[in-house]
Amino acid sequence: MAATTARPRPSRPARPAHPTPDSHSFPTRPYDLVKEFVFALLVVTVLTAVLAGLFSSPDEKAITMRTWAQAAPGDVVATAAGELAGTTTSATYGPPYNSAAEGQKLLGLPLQKWGGVRLPVDSQKLVLQPLAQVSGNPALTAALTQWTAASKAQQTAWATSYSDALAKAPGGQPGQVPPGDYGPVPAIAAGFLTLARTGGLEGALTSSGNFYGGDQTRALLLLSDGAYLEDTARAQQLGGDQWGMMNETGNYPGQPWMWLYTFWYQVKPFSTSENADALVWGLMMVLTLGLMFLPFIPGLRSIPRWIPVHRLIWRDYYRRHPRRT
Amino acid sequence: MTAEYGKAAGAVGGGRNWTVGLRNRLSTLVPPGQLLPDRQPVYVASWIYVFGVLTLSALVVALLSGAWLAVGGVAWWHVSSLGRFANSLHLWSVELFFAFMVIHLWGKFWMAAWRGKRALTWITGVIAFVTSIGTAFTGYLSQSNFDAQWISTQAKDGLNSIGFGAWFNVLNPGQMLLWHVVLLPFVVGVLTVVHLLQVRRHGVVPPLDAEAGD
Repeated sequence: MAATTARPRPSRPARPAHPTPDSHSFPTRPYDLVKEFVFALLVVTVLTAVLAGLFSSPDEKAITMRTWAQAAPGDVVATAAGELAGTTTSATYGPPYNSAAEGQKLLGLPLQKWGGVRLPVDSQKLVLQPLAQVSGNPALTAALTQWTAASKAQQTAWATSYSDALAKAPGGQPGQVPPGDYGPVPAIAAGFLTLARTGGLEGALTSSGNFYGGDQTRALLLLSDGAYLEDTARAQQLGGDQWGMMNETGNYPGQPWMWLYTFWYQVKPFSTSENADALVWGLMMVLTLGLMFLPFIPGLRSIPRWIPVHRLIWRDYYRRHPRRT
Repeated sequence: MTAEYGKAAGAVGGGRNWTVGLRNRLSTLVPPGQLLPDRQPVYVASWIYVFGVLTLSALVVALLSGAWLAVGGVAWWHVSSLGRFANSLHLWSVELFFAFMVIHLWGKFWMAAWRGKRALTWITGVIAFVTSIGTAFTGYLSQSNFDAQWISTQAKDGLNSIGFGAWFNVLNPGQMLLWHVVLLPFVVGVLTVVHLLQVRRHGVVPPLDAEAGD
């Protein structure tokens, strides 16, 4: 056992407002901080390498518009019709993408609305803009011309009728839709499916005239407007009500530090509230502030004194100083 | 000696010399010999104390493995077995980082380690924890794979609901990647330095009800 030495008491008088004594006034023993850090770094490096070598890391390929079109063509057509009708999630979302809704509120405060429409997305353009770049398809060009020439009300009526008919068709198959007054919408949706199958849809959505692209906002909104992305995720237990926010693909730990945030989505009133996201965020901000300022919160700051786990941590000290227990 | 010099120089400058003021401030941040101490109080005798330095070590491994990933670019690790290993190192170092940090946090809670003017140490630790969650989250968004697609499209609703999504667009992987590799690591790094300086400044919190000299 290393010899201990007592440091001289501080010359200034004790301050009753802070009964915790100065740590530098206690007996000490030799300590090598640098050696401790180097050893810890070596241990963690080796442990990390072993875990990486044994378990690797998940990397499930991103869903492309082509794989979406091949796996769920009916979903692509329904999504395209929904974008034209203005009925998809993104079309009715509100800020920051559009003004179709006010969005969620927290204690009556429209924080989502206050954020503003800073990332404007026109849901119809998610379909029409890529198709406008297609050449060599006279039927599609004629359909787009007919769509553009129609009134807004007529466009909505066509697209809504076709969306409703698709929803009722067996298996949601476009080929099973009965004849109706759908205008050019079936041709536009079919052209959209063809474009997706070619693999050219991502580039048309992300570049927006910029060679480098880099912003996937519109492509991701379109993809999440369909059912395929969510179906794929739910099949891997990644849904919001499946604790999915803290999970990732495969048998990996994911983000377990998100457990509390994820937990609230599993229980009422959050699981059934239209303002669930705002409520959970508000609650988590309050809890985080509580944790941050815990040293100043009467009662909470005394829990370690009431539940004496500290006697285990400092059991050697309390054994030597039984009067302190 | 340095302090004496500082006072003298400050007097010459009329007390408004910024350099002298900063130097004096830095020289008094940590008591002499406590920045890299070679002795520690005898009551520091528990495995729980190891988790602070383990957290710091895991952070270093996460930064180094992240830097290795950055060298190869965004998509490198999808097509290279070496890149995949680098990504795996990054993933597991982050998992260990959080595991160590949470144990460290709980340990400090049960010690009531904010006592004795150590509230700022606790606060910087909590902010570093929360900022680390944000850093890890942006990492998941920067993977350019299915996880990134799903997590981003789900997370946007939470951020948009409080208006934050208008400025912090999780559907923009370019923006998220820069937050992940530059902005948030910088904040975590600064918080870590401040946290460590606070620890060295005040020393390790004594046991509850301990008296000086025990």
